[in-house]
Amino acid sequence: MGNNLDALTTIFTEFYYWLTVALMFLIHVGFCMYEVGASRRRNHMHTLLKNSMLIPLVTITFFFFGWWIYWALPNGPFITGGIEWEAANANAPVSDIMGTNLSDRITGVFWAAFLLFSWTAASIVSGSVIERINSGAFWILAVLIGSGAWIIDAAWGWHYAGWMVQILGYHDAYASGVIHAVAGGFALGVLVVLGPRLGKFSADGKPRDILPHNPWLVCVGLFLIYTGFWGFYVACNVPLISPEGIGGEITGETWTATTIYLTPTTLGAITFNFLMSLSGGMMMGYFASKGNAFWTYSGGLAGIITASAGNDLYHPIQAMIIGGVGTYFAYKLHYWVENKFKIDDAVGAVAVHGYAGFIGLVICGFVLWGHPSSPYEGYATINPLGNFIGAIIMFGVLGFLPGYIASKILHAFGLLRIPKEVELMGLDFGTAMEEEAAAREVREAEIAMANGK
Amino acid sequence: MSTTGVSSWAVDLAGVGAIYPFQGMEWILLIIALAFWIWWHITTFRMELSRQNEKVKKYGDSKNIINAIEND
Repeated sequence: MGNNLDALTTIFTEFYYWLTVALMFLIHVGFCMYEVGASRRRNHMHTLLKNSMLIPLVTITFFFFGWWIYWALPNGPFITGGIEWEAANANAPVSDIMGTNLSDRITGVFWAAFLLFSWTAASIVSGSVIERINSGAFWILAVLIGSGAWIIDAAWGWHYAGWMVQILGYHDAYASGVIHAVAGGFALGVLVVLGPRLGKFSADGKPRDILPHNPWLVCVGLFLIYTGFWGFYVACNVPLISPEGIGGEITGETWTATTIYLTPTTLGAITFNFLMSLSGGMMMGYFASKGNAFWTYSGGLAGIITASAGNDLYHPIQAMIIGGVGTYFAYKLHYWVENKFKIDDAVGAVAVHGYAGFIGLVICGFVLWGHPSSPYEGYATINPLGNFIGAIIMFGVLGFLPGYIASKILHAFGLLRIPKEVELMGLDFGTAMEEEAAAREVREAEIAMANGK
Repeated sequence: MSTTGVSSWAVDLAGVGAIYPFQGMEWILLIIALAFWIWWHITTFRMELSRQNEKVKKYGDSKNIINAIEND
């Protein structure tokens, strides 16, 4: 911070990312409310803790190795180059910038912004597996998606030098694929092995509705996710950078905000598009579900998620239409997969995040066809095939496969699913009985005191 | 002499980098933290499984289970 302008730019950037982190906390609050609201009374506390404990576990592992992975693997490795040792070691947990350091004010807040994405990835999986997974098994899976799978995909496709951006022209500015498709695919991989909740399907295979115990809590939870999503969007941008700072082909001296790929955009653009894609999704969710509140709110999320890949560039009306299209197909696919493959996705996470994210990537490849994916020379431009291959990598290769394989291993050791009796009586049952007995004892003691004994 | 490497603020901040205590011990801290993390997973998973077995033994009869379902 050599002069006042440098100082202002640095402190603005530091504060900018810090604010996104505070906002993104609301995503997690929303996910917890939503999940608890969707679970039945006898599973509340377990459901809440299962999701909440991913916060410390993903945080520490993202510090230990997640952040290092992001800086180490943009080349694959061995696709466009080797491991980026220099950049990775600078961001390793033993590096002196990963702590209080007066010569680096940005790494901590930038790390935290990525970390909050990690929580989101793991939290998406959490909702779909409620009421029958062992918490210990889920926490291992949460670390795998939160500090492993998603950050590998970020290095590949959400990094200014990622090999997918260079070779495929992959474009995914606000993470349709790198967060949502990968987490949705991962959740599906887990669900295939985990199986449905007891009673979800009748003997002839017909799905039954397991109703949320509190639809109001579910909807407010989704509202809070919308709120936190503002932070998510803003965190995906670099707020202010000069052409010299980018070091690409841009000429002149006009500073700009950029995407993570260092391609120019504006906060105004993403504000337009966030709201319009949310609107398209909500309207389509309401229409497709015939006014179901849960799917109307989920439709809003699916709308944003579908349009996110290209929301740095779309016209707002394009964002609205794309959001609506993605929501319609995500809704239809949810019930088709449920019926056809007997998949019990308790909160529709695979549809809202996975299918909508996948569809959004494919649409983006067509709508932004030919636009530069990067300010650097030699990168492929955005194209339908590149984004389609990218969608398969996100949903299938880095999402579904790791979720499926890890769940198979946990299942083989008998660690994945809770015992049938526990599932039937409810995960909180024993604790609730003990708490009730303790409360009864206190009441009896107080009554005895009141009687002068 | 201080644990942070800063013993006075009569310095040009442009030349100041890391100021957390015990610099140079990052690897030891990391090994301790990794061991704690792995220990935590193993221990809490064992606790969870043992608690479930206990619950099944204590409350797992059909009367309790039906009661739990009906009161949900």
